[in-house]
Amino acid sequence: MKIKVLGSGCSSCKKLEENTKKALEELGIEATIEKVTDFKQIMAYGAMKTPALVVDEKVKIMGRVPTADEIKKHL
Amino acid sequence: MLNIISQIFSWINNEILKMTWLSNLIQGLVEKVFGLSIKERLGGSIHFFIYDTIKIFILLSVLIFLISYIQSYFPPERTKKILGNIKGIKGNILGALLGTITPFCSCSSIPIFIGFNSAGLPLGITFSFLISSPLVDLASLLILMSFFGAKIAIAYVVVGLILAVIGGTIIDRLHLEKYVEGYVKEIEDVDVEIIEMTRLERISYSKEQVKEVFHKVWLYVLIGVGIGAAIHNWIPQSIIETVVGNDNPFAVLLATAVGIPMYADIFGTLPIAEALFGKGVGIGTVLSFMMAVTALSLPSLIMLSKVVKPKLLSIFVAIVATGIVIIGYLFNAFSFLLV
Repeated sequence: MKIKVLGSGCSSCKKLEENTKKALEELGIEATIEKVTDFKQIMAYGAMKTPALVVDEKVKIMGRVPTADEIKKHL
Repeated sequence: MLNIISQIFSWINNEILKMTWLSNLIQGLVEKVFGLSIKERLGGSIHFFIYDTIKIFILLSVLIFLISYIQSYFPPERTKKILGNIKGIKGNILGALLGTITPFCSCSSIPIFIGFNSAGLPLGITFSFLISSPLVDLASLLILMSFFGAKIAIAYVVVGLILAVIGGTIIDRLHLEKYVEGYVKEIEDVDVEIIEMTRLERISYSKEQVKEVFHKVWLYVLIGVGIGAAIHNWIPQSIIETVVGNDNPFAVLLATAVGIPMYADIFGTLPIAEALFGKGVGIGTVLSFMMAVTALSLPSLIMLSKVVKPKLLSIFVAIVATGIVIIGYLFNAFSFLLV
C-alpha cells in the first residue's frame, strides 16, 4: 500500500500525517507515508485544497483533516 | 401582524446577534462582584473586554461550525467545475459569489489559482474569486450584523461583491495573462472526482474547522479586544476624532493604509472597529479598515507572488486598495442612510 500525504507543511498537513500513522498502527498495517510538498506534484492529483490523502494513487480525502477512524476506512 | 414580525426580528437581533443578555450579565458581574461602575474607565473597559471576548468566541464557534457545514458542499474543485464553462462578466459575478461560500485559507490560494488557471478560467474570474473570498463570507456577514446591524452588514457584502466583480473585470480587460508565472501555465488540468461527505464527516469537518480557526485567531481576538477596550475607555475622544474622525478628510486613506499591512482575522478587527465606531468614527472609515485588513493580507500576497509576477501583483493590490478607499468615502457620505 502506498500512502501519500499532500500538503505544503501547514499544521493540518502534519495532523493528517499523524492521524494516518495512528490509523496504520491501530490496523497493524505496515506502510510508508510519503509527504508530497511540491505544488506541481500536488496539483497533478487535482486536489486544490490541502491536506489531501492519497492511497495507491487514488485521492481518498481532500481539503480536511479526518480522524484516524475515518482514515482506517480507506486503508 | 407586521408588528409581531418586527418584534421577533428585533429580539433575534438583540438577544442572539448582539447578545444584550450577555452584556447585562457581565455588567452585573463587574458592578456587583468587582464593585466597579461601568460608567467609569476601569469598570467600563473590564466590561468591554470580558463581554466582547466572550461574545466573539461564542459567535466564532457557532458561525464557523454552521458555515463550514454549508461550505462542505462547495469544495474549490466543485467551484472550478461550475466556473469552467462561463465567460464574461457573468463569470466574474459567479466567481465572486462562489468565493464567499468556498472554504478558503491563504494556504489554498496557490493551488486554487493554479487549478482555476489550468482549467482555462479567465484570469479576471480567478481574481474575482480571490478578492471576494477573504473579504466576504457568511461568517463575516452574520458577525457584522451582530456588531453593526443588518443594514450595514448587507451593504458591506454587496459592496464587497461589487468590488470583486469590478476588480476581476478590470484585470480581464487589461489582458495581464502574460504576467502569470511560467510554470503555472505548464500545469495540466486534472479533473478529480469530487468525494461527497457523509453527514457525520461533514460534522467532523465543521468541528475541526472551529478548532482550527480558534487556534489561529484567539490571540488576535484578545489583542483586538484589548485595543478596542483602550479606544473605548482610555484614548480621549478628541485624539480619535482628529486622527480618524470625520473632520479628517484623509481618515479613509489612513484607515486603509494602516489596515493593508496588518494581518488579522475579521474576528480580531471587529472589536477595534466597534470601539472606533462608538467613538464617532465614520462607518466608511471603519469598514475600509476592516476590508483592508481582511482582503489584503501579507501571507496571501506572499503566496500570490509565487504564482504571478510582480506587475500583476501590484496591479491587483492597487485595484483592491483603490476600491476599498472609494467604498470608504461612499459609505461615509451615505452613512445617514445606513446608521
